[in-house]
Amino acid sequence: MAGLLKKTPFRYALNAVTAGGLYVIIMALINDNVLNRYQALMLIPIGFNIILAVSLNLSAGFLGQLPLGHAGFMSIGGYSAALLSMSLSMPANVELPLAIVFGGLVAAAFGILIGLPALRLRGDYLAILTLGFGEIIRVVILNLEFTGGANCLRGIGKQTTVTWVYIFVLITLFVITTLIKSRHGRAVLAIREDEIAAEASGIPTTYYKVMAFSVSAGFAGVAGGLYAHYLSILDPSTFGFMRSAEILVIVVLGGLGSIFGSVISATVLTILPELLRDFNDYRMVIYSLMLVMVMIFKPSGLCGRYEFSLGDTLDGFFTSIRRQLGKGGPTDAADS
Amino acid sequence: MPPILDVSNLGINFSGLQALDDFNIQVSRREIVGLIGPNGAGKTTVFNLLTNVYSPTMGGVKLKGRNTLGKATHKVTQYGIARTFQNIRLFKSLSVMDNVKIALHNNMSYTLLEACLRLPSYWKQEAFATKTCMELLSVFDMEGMADSPAGSLPYGAQRRLEIVRALATNPKVLLLDEPAAGMNPSETADLMRTIHDVRDKFDVAIILIEHDMSLVMGICERILVLSYGLIIAQGTPEEIRNNPLVIEAYLGQQGSE
Amino acid sequence: MALVYLLINGLQIGSIYALVALGYSMVYGIVKLINFAHGDIIMVGAYCTWYLMSRFSFPAPAAVAAAIVFCAALGVLIEKIAYKPLRNSGRLSLLVTAIGVSLLLQNVSQLIFSPNPRMFANIFTGTVTIGDRQFSSATVVTIAISLIIMVGLTLLVKYTKIGKAMRTVSEDNETAQLMGINVNNTISFTFALGSGLAAVGAVFYCCSYSQIQPTMGSMLGLKAFVAAVLGGIGSLPGAMVGGLCIGVAESLTKGYISSKLTDAVVFGILIVVLLIKPSGILGLHRNEKV
Repeated sequence: MAGLLKKTPFRYALNAVTAGGLYVIIMALINDNVLNRYQALMLIPIGFNIILAVSLNLSAGFLGQLPLGHAGFMSIGGYSAALLSMSLSMPANVELPLAIVFGGLVAAAFGILIGLPALRLRGDYLAILTLGFGEIIRVVILNLEFTGGANCLRGIGKQTTVTWVYIFVLITLFVITTLIKSRHGRAVLAIREDEIAAEASGIPTTYYKVMAFSVSAGFAGVAGGLYAHYLSILDPSTFGFMRSAEILVIVVLGGLGSIFGSVISATVLTILPELLRDFNDYRMVIYSLMLVMVMIFKPSGLCGRYEFSLGDTLDGFFTSIRRQLGKGGPTDAADS
Repeated sequence: MPPILDVSNLGINFSGLQALDDFNIQVSRREIVGLIGPNGAGKTTVFNLLTNVYSPTMGGVKLKGRNTLGKATHKVTQYGIARTFQNIRLFKSLSVMDNVKIALHNNMSYTLLEACLRLPSYWKQEAFATKTCMELLSVFDMEGMADSPAGSLPYGAQRRLEIVRALATNPKVLLLDEPAAGMNPSETADLMRTIHDVRDKFDVAIILIEHDMSLVMGICERILVLSYGLIIAQGTPEEIRNNPLVIEAYLGQQGSE
Repeated sequence: MALVYLLINGLQIGSIYALVALGYSMVYGIVKLINFAHGDIIMVGAYCTWYLMSRFSFPAPAAVAAAIVFCAALGVLIEKIAYKPLRNSGRLSLLVTAIGVSLLLQNVSQLIFSPNPRMFANIFTGTVTIGDRQFSSATVVTIAISLIIMVGLTLLVKYTKIGKAMRTVSEDNETAQLMGINVNNTISFTFALGSGLAAVGAVFYCCSYSQIQPTMGSMLGLKAFVAAVLGGIGSLPGAMVGGLCIGVAESLTKGYISSKLTDAVVFGILIVVLLIKPSGILGLHRNEKV
C-alpha cells in the first residue's frame, strides 16, 4: 500500500475516486433530504466562492501581487455569460457550460488587457490600479444600455445546479494545482520570491505575470457566470470594491499560497454568516471582529502555505500504523 | 580567436552622476577575469549593465558577435550571460531543486495546456530536468539538500546554490558578484577550486568581483581595476600588485601628511 | 452652471478630499499601509458631531471639537490594537486587517445608529458675497479653513520636533529608532493627526451633503485615497494638490458630462496618472538597489 501511494498514476486515480465519491455523498444527502432545500442551495455559493478564492490566490498568493478588482472580472464573466445564454435557446445543460466558458474567456481577455499596463507597476500601486479598473468596470456596466444599467440584468435562466458548480470547482482546482506544479507555475513562484532573480534566471517575468493574472481573471469570470445563472439577476452595485475585499479576505484568512486553505476558508466564510443569522443584528460585527482577531493572532492565515494531499496523508497514516504494529519487531526495516 | 564577450565604451549616468564611463573589456573563451576596486567604484554596476538590470546610457555589448545591449534581462540570460548577486537573491521559500529548475525553465518546452493535461511531454521533460538538476547539484556536493528550502541553507551553501542556478541557464559567460563574501579562509580556498572546476567542466568564461585579494590574485588570469567609474589599470595579477595607481586608489594619496 | 461656480464647488469638495487624503498619505508614509479604515473614521466623526448636537444639543464648535478628539483617540486606539502587532508580518495581512477594521466600524455604527440615513443640519448657514457673486458660507468656510489647516500642517511637519520625527520615521524606521526617536509615539501621533483631520473633513462633508449614513465613508475614503495617490502618496503637498484636482475634475464632469460618470472619471484619471508617472504628481521615484 505504501509503495502504491507513492506512485503518481495511483494518486491521480485515488483523487478521482475521492472526488466522485464526494459527489455521490453530496447528491445522496440532497436527495434523501438530509440537507433541506435551503441548505442544498447554500452549496452553490460555497462553490463559486471557492472558485473566486482559489483564482485570486493564484495572483495574490502564488504570483505575490495584490489585485483589488477581482469582483470586476467576476462581473465581466457574469454579464458575458448571461448575455450569451439569454440569446441562445438550447437545452440548459448545453447552454450553461457554453455560457460559462465564454464568460471565463471574456474575463481572461480583460485580464490580459488590464494586466499588461497594471503589472508594470509594483506592490501597492498595482493594488490601487486594479481597484480603479474594478470601479470603472462597475460604473461602465451601470451606464450601458445592454447590461440593463442600474435596473439590473433580469431574466437570466436559473440553470446553475449543484452538479455544474461541482464540475467547475473540480476543473478550477485541477487546472490551478497542475499549473502551479509545472515550469509555468515555478516561473510564477519565482516572481513572487524575487522578481529580479527570476528575470536573471531567464524567466520572462512580464509574460508570466500577465498569464497568471489573466488565468486568475478567467476563473473569476467562470464564478461570475455561475453566480449569474444562480441568482438569475445581475445588479452592478454588488460588484463594488467591498466584494473584491470580501474575496481577498477569504484568501488571506485561508492562507496566501494555500489552495487547500482557500477551499476551507471559502466554505467556512460562506456558511458562517448564515449560521449567525439568529444574531442577525450582530452578524456582520462578529464577522469583522473575527477577521481582525485572526489576522492579529495568525497573520499567515489559518493554513499558511500548507497544501493537503490525500496521497501524502494516507501514506503518513499507514506508515505510522505500521510503526505502531512493528514496534520491537524487525519488520519495519524489511518492509520499507 | 575572437573574444566571446566584447564590451565597448559602456557607461551609465544616474541623473547627473557618471557611475561608469568608457568601460571596455574583451573576454576570451574560458578566461577568468577579476574586477576589483574600492567600494562604490561601479563594479556591480558593470554587472547590472551587462545583464540590463539597468539600461546603459551608452556603449555596446556583444556576446559571440551577437548584440545583447538593451535586450531584456531574461533574453540576455538566454543568450548566455548568467550572474549571481552580491546580496544573495535566492527563491528563499522554494526548495533547492525548484531554485535550479526555475533556471532550467527555457530547457523545457511543454506548453501550459500540456502541463495542465499532464501529457507525456510534461512527464518526460520534468524527469529530464530533475536529472539535470541533480547532476548540477552533485558537482557542488549539494544533492543531499535538494528538498530543503533554499533559505534554510547555511550561508556558504546559499552562495554555491546561486552559482548552480546561474550555471543551469547554460551560460557562456558567468558573472560572479563577490562569491567569497562572508566566507572564512578555508571556505574561500574551497571556492577557488570550485571556480576552476566550473570553468573546466562547463566551458565558461568568468568575470568575478571580489574583495578577497588572495582569491582574486589566486585564480584570475587578468584583473581590471575600477575607481570612480573608470578603469584605472588592467593586467596580470603581478602587474596589478605593483601598480602605483592601484595602490593609490585603495589607500589614498600617500605622503600627504 | 457658470464655470466659476463649478470650479468653486470643485475646490470645496476638493478641500475635503485633501483633508482626508492627508491622513492617508501620512499614514502610508510612516507605516506603508493603505489604511482602509480611514474612510470610516470620517463616518465616525460625522456621527459623533451629529449625535452630540442633536441629542445633547451641544453648540456646533464644541461638538466639532469633541468629534476631533474622539476620532484622534479612535485612530490611535485602532493603530495600537490592530496594526501594531502586525507591523512585521507582511503588508497583505496588514491590509486585510485594515479592511476588517473598516467593516467593523461600519457594522458597529449600523448597530448603534441603524443603517438609515440621518439628516445633518448645516452648521454654516447664510451666504457670502465676493465681488458681485454670492457663495454659500459653507463653501467659503470649507475652502478657507482647509487652506489654513494645510499650511499649518506643512509648517508642523517641516519645523517642529515631532514633524521632523515623522519625516525620519517614514524615511527609515530602524535608523530613526537608533537615532533615539520614539517610533511608537511618532506613529501614534501620525494616526491621531490623520484621524483628527478626517473628523474636520467629515464636518465639512456633512455641511455640503446634509446627510449621514454608516457606509458613507467607503466611497469618500476611496476617492480621497485616489487623491493621495494622484498627488504622490507620502507627500503632503501632493495630497493637497491631488485632492483639489480630484474635486475639480469631479465637479466639471458633473457640470459638463454626466453626474453618473464622476466615479469613472476619477478612477480613469488615477489610472492614466499611474501609467504615466506611477509616483504621482509630486511623489519621488525610488529605484530598487540590486
